[in-house]
Order: sequence, then C-alpha cells, then structure tokens
Amino acid sequence: MLPNEETVMLKIENLHARVEGKDILKGLTLSVNPGEVHAIMGPNGAGKSTLGNVLSGRDGYEVTAGSVTFNGVDLLSLEPEARAAAGVFLAFQYPVEIPGVNNTYFLRAALNAQRKQRGEKELDSMQFLKLVREKLKIMQISDELLHRAVNEGFSGGEKKRNEIFQMAVLEPKLAILDETDSGLDIDALKQVAQGVNALRSSERGFLVITHYQRLLDYIEPDFVHVLADGRIVESGDKNLALKLEAQGYAWVNDKDPALTGASA
Amino acid sequence: MSEAQRTPFVESLLEAAAQAQLPGSGIGWLDAARRENLDAFVAGGLPDTRMEAWKYTALRALGQRRFAAGDAQASTRAIEMDRYALAGIDGPSLVFVNGVFRQDLSRADNLPAGLTLQPLSQVLKGDAEPLRFALSRHYRDGGDVFARLNAVLAGDGVVLRVAANAKIAQTVRLLFVGAPADAALASHVRQVIELGEGAELSLVEQHVATDSHQNLGTQVTDIVLRQGAKLRHVTLQDASDASTLVRHDSLQLDAEAHAAMYALELGGSLVRHDLHAVLAGDKSRLDTGGVFALRGRQHVDTQMSIRHQALNTTSESVWRGVADERSRGVFRGAIVVAEGADGSDASLSSKNLLLSAQAEIDTKPELEIYADEVKAAHGATVGQLDERSLFYLRSRGIPLAEARAMLTAAFCRAVFESLPDEGLREHINERLMAQLPSA
Repeated sequence: MLPNEETVMLKIENLHARVEGKDILKGLTLSVNPGEVHAIMGPNGAGKSTLGNVLSGRDGYEVTAGSVTFNGVDLLSLEPEARAAAGVFLAFQYPVEIPGVNNTYFLRAALNAQRKQRGEKELDSMQFLKLVREKLKIMQISDELLHRAVNEGFSGGEKKRNEIFQMAVLEPKLAILDETDSGLDIDALKQVAQGVNALRSSERGFLVITHYQRLLDYIEPDFVHVLADGRIVESGDKNLALKLEAQGYAWVNDKDPALTGASA
Repeated sequence: MSEAQRTPFVESLLEAAAQAQLPGSGIGWLDAARRENLDAFVAGGLPDTRMEAWKYTALRALGQRRFAAGDAQASTRAIEMDRYALAGIDGPSLVFVNGVFRQDLSRADNLPAGLTLQPLSQVLKGDAEPLRFALSRHYRDGGDVFARLNAVLAGDGVVLRVAANAKIAQTVRLLFVGAPADAALASHVRQVIELGEGAELSLVEQHVATDSHQNLGTQVTDIVLRQGAKLRHVTLQDASDASTLVRHDSLQLDAEAHAAMYALELGGSLVRHDLHAVLAGDKSRLDTGGVFALRGRQHVDTQMSIRHQALNTTSESVWRGVADERSRGVFRGAIVVAEGADGSDASLSSKNLLLSAQAEIDTKPELEIYADEVKAAHGATVGQLDERSLFYLRSRGIPLAEARAMLTAAFCRAVFESLPDEGLREHINERLMAQLPSA
C-alpha cells in the first residue's frame, strides 16, 4: 500500500503549521501518486482545512517544520498562482463570490495565466470556448452559469459544481477537495461526485478532505487517512471510512498519544 | 484686498487678462460680466482649506505657480486623432487643442436635423445674445474661484443645442487635447448646452494629453434640460498626470427631464470637479455615477450637490473611488430636498478602495431634508480589497497584480453597467485595467 517513491507526486513530510499562533498541523506525513484518490477524514478541528490551505498557499498559515514537495519541487516556496500553474487545485469549502467578474472571463484569465507561467501558448477566445463546451458536456452543467459573475447568487450546489467545472477546465495534476460535500443535499452531492469521477484519471491525484463518509459512497477512495490533532493517526482502505462512520471519531482520540499526554 | 495676497498665480492670470484679445470683447454685457468676475477673482484670490468646499484640496502650491496666457501653436499642432478614437463613436465632434477650437480635426458639418453644435469663439463673433443669460453669470461664492477665472478668460468652448423633440441618434463627441508648450499654460473652455422640450442627446466628453504637461485647464459647463428632455453625458478624464484640471458643471432639469451624468477620472495631478444639479421640475430625474482611480501623487476632488426642488423628483448617485500609492481622492455628495419637494426619492452610494497605506480617501455624503414624504438613503465606505477574493483568484493561477487589477476593475465597473453603449463600456474597462496596479 505504500506509494512507490519513484512516481510520488505529492510528498508531505513531518509538516507542522500554525494559524494565529496556534499549532494545528503537528507532524503530518503523506504521499500521493498520480491516479490515486486519498481521503482525509477527521473530527472538527483536526486540521483538515488547514492542510488544504497550506498546500494551496493561503496567507496566514505559518509552516514551522517539515516539507512538501510536488513533483520534486518545494511547493511551500511557491506563490499560490505558481502552485496553481504547477498543477495544484483547491476546490474551496466556501467558494468566494466575486461580483463584477464574469465567470467565463475569469476562467479564461486563469487558464491563460497558468499556461503563460508554464511557457505554453495562451488560448484565444475561440479555442477557449471550444474547450469550455466540451467540459460543460462532461460536467452536465448548463452554460447559463458561464454568463454570470463568479459564484454570485449561486446556490450552494451551483458553487460546488462551479468548483468542479473550474477543475475540469484547468486540468490540475492534484485536486484537493476541501469538504466539498458540506452544505449539499444528496442530489447535489451526487452531481458533484459524478463530476469528480469524470475527472479521475491515471495522471491525476486527489486529496478528498471530508468530515463524513457519505461523500466517499460516491467518490470511492483508494486510501483513507484519519487526521487527528494535526497528524495522521491511521491509514487504510475504504473500509476505514466505514468504520469511522459506524464508530464515530471517539476511538481516534484514544489512538493519539498527544491527546492523552501533553496539552496544546 | 491687500497686494500681499496677490500670489504668483493671481499675478500671472491678471497679466493674461490684460493681454487677452477675447472674442466677444466689445459686447457690453459680456465685457461687464468679465470685468465683474475679474474683480471678484482678484479680491478673493485662491481659497484656503478653511473654506468647506476646499477643505481637502489645498491650493497653496498652485498659488505659487505661474501660467502663460495661451498656446501660440494651438491651432497648428499635429494631433494623432487615432489615439483618442472611441469605437463606435464617429458622429459629430468638436475638438480643442489647449483650449483652442480646431476646425480641421472636428466634424461639425452635415449635422442631423435639430442639432446645433458650434465653437463658442465663432458664436461670439456673430449674435451672442442667446448666450447672454449663461455668460452673464456672476460667481459670488468665493469657492467658485475657477469659474470666475473662466468667466474672465474663456474665449472658446462649446455651444450645443438640440431643438424641441429632436432625438439625436449619433453620440456627439467633445475632445479636449492638452499638449505641452514652452511653458505651463492656462486654457479656459466654456460650454453652454441646452436640450429643448422632449429632445434627446448622448454626449461624450474626453480630456486627453498628447504628452505629459503641467498646464492648467478650467472648464465651465451650463446644461439646461427642458421638459421631458433626455441627456446622457459621459466624461472620460484622461488628462496628463502632471496637469491641473478644474471642471464646474451646473445642471438644471425641468419637469420630466432625465439626465444621466457619468465621470471617469483617471488622469491629472490636481483635479477638481464640481457638479451642481437642480431638479427644478416635477418628476425630473438625475442619475450620476463616477469613478476615480488614482496612483502616484494624484489628487482628485469631486464635489457634487443635488437639489430636489419639485414634486416627485428622483436622484440616484453611484460613485466609486480607488486610490493607490500616495494618491488622494475626495468625494463630497450633498443632497438637499427643499421644502415642498414632496415625493422625492434620493439615493447616494460612495464606496472606496484604498490600495496602499499611503493613499487617502475622504468621502462625505450629506443629506438635508426639508420636505415630507421623502425617500432618502445614503452610504459611504472606505475599505480594502477582500483577501479571500484575492486568494481565490490566485489559487486559480492568476498572478497577484492581475488579481488586484481584476477585482478593482470589477469594483469600479458597477458604475457604468447601465451605459447602453457597449463600445464605451469596453473602452472604460480597458482604461481602468491599464490604470490599475499591475506591477
């Protein structure tokens, strides 16, 4: 079950991070290969969203120890836009509404900015529209979303689907889904999962961060990791998620020496 | 008034007034008006910041500067008109270079029926009587110092009339080009605009520069809309970053008239714009909107006043300001609903973005209501770009500078969304993106 060191795409080693002076990640180690779907589960406050934010480069997260390499590059030294260009995509738990910026304009600017950073030729509007139409079909999304401002007035389900649609257009190597299931009813959840599954490929890795097992009924993970108090305390296959669902997170805390010993 | 207060500024303009050979001199009432305003200008000098209307704009440095009387080459300078073209706007136009009318660059032949469009210099050589009311104004408020100056020295400008019920399909364009001369010079433009009953007009006014210059420009505009007339007026102020520009607009709306006044302030070192409107007739309506986007050490001060003076009048004002680096933006919006102006509906929004710790924005909405049954709302904010939005854009690969420009342009764009002319909206967006921080 251990990833092959030769092909590893994302390698997180002994990662420590703090937010507003508070230690959140306390020695997290994890590797993701292309083609693999890793689920990160854990109780509230375990550091799940912090992990997504640290990997995508959000301000306010201070890495105090450890390293993250992405295809051999020191990911933590890159600006957020450079991480995106390198192929890291974060699907936000709370996608931001940006009034006045048209969704299509935004996506084209994003794609071309990434291409430019990678030294690739930018797409003209015809090429871009062709690409967008293909992706809309895969995602089964109406093109009406394209004509609106980014996420403005979108329902919870529309926002999450828009995240996955962006992922489809930007074609990242690593997609981090931060509690993508939160706030979704079962129909919306299925639609989002369907979109994610359509994007699974042997070249793309996924980090699916979630509190509930529910999402994993629809996005079947190759690996499940339990995150508690800032580190991974248990790893397994999809059956681990079922165990968590049945038993809750209480047993996790018993496994964590940090919680029985020193306090924060 | 003591000689001690005759600053170099006042001295240089007095010299200009003494030398000036203005069109229309010899017309008794005009000579008298010029003389009265000159006396008031000399007596009052430049106001200081103790005067409320100039509280945030100090004129001390301007007072120490001298301006030459005019540009001897204004009528022959080569101008690359293509640089200032606006897509889709190729109708009638008047072009001025350093305040002087340029027939060769203008398009004022074969005008549509009902449209009168003439340079003031020509009108003053003929029958000036129809302008008597506008040009006899005596600016009694010491704060109107530049209007006084303009009344003394303006020898050119725009006379625009639309006959009753004439609906002019093509947008009329007024282009003011500033160009560097041997010395910093002052030019003065006077505009008189009247739309007859039921007339309709769309007007675009551009202020541009061939190259950086330190000139002073003053402009005074009187606009009257007769019953049921409709005017859309868009000003694109893209003047030289080293120039001083003062515009003073007065607007009167008769019953059921509707004016939409927009301003985009991008250029200038020291810019002042006064917009004073009176909703004089029942059911008249005024929409105003403006954006200033500033950088370097630019200083732009907009002073707007709207007076609701009749029944069931409406005004809606949407202003946005952005200040980067060490720039300073000032907005004052005063709305007065006079006694008896029942059924008035007034709203004013002023939202502002500070992009740098050294920039400053002062915004001051004021509401005075003396009538009953009035709907009025105003709000003003000064804030910064939303960090969450910035990160969202960056997380998708958009570099920080571009993300900032994108969010800032979006913030400003709301003002111009209701402009029906897509080419104009596009132009505004492009200019905003170019002006906003990208490095």
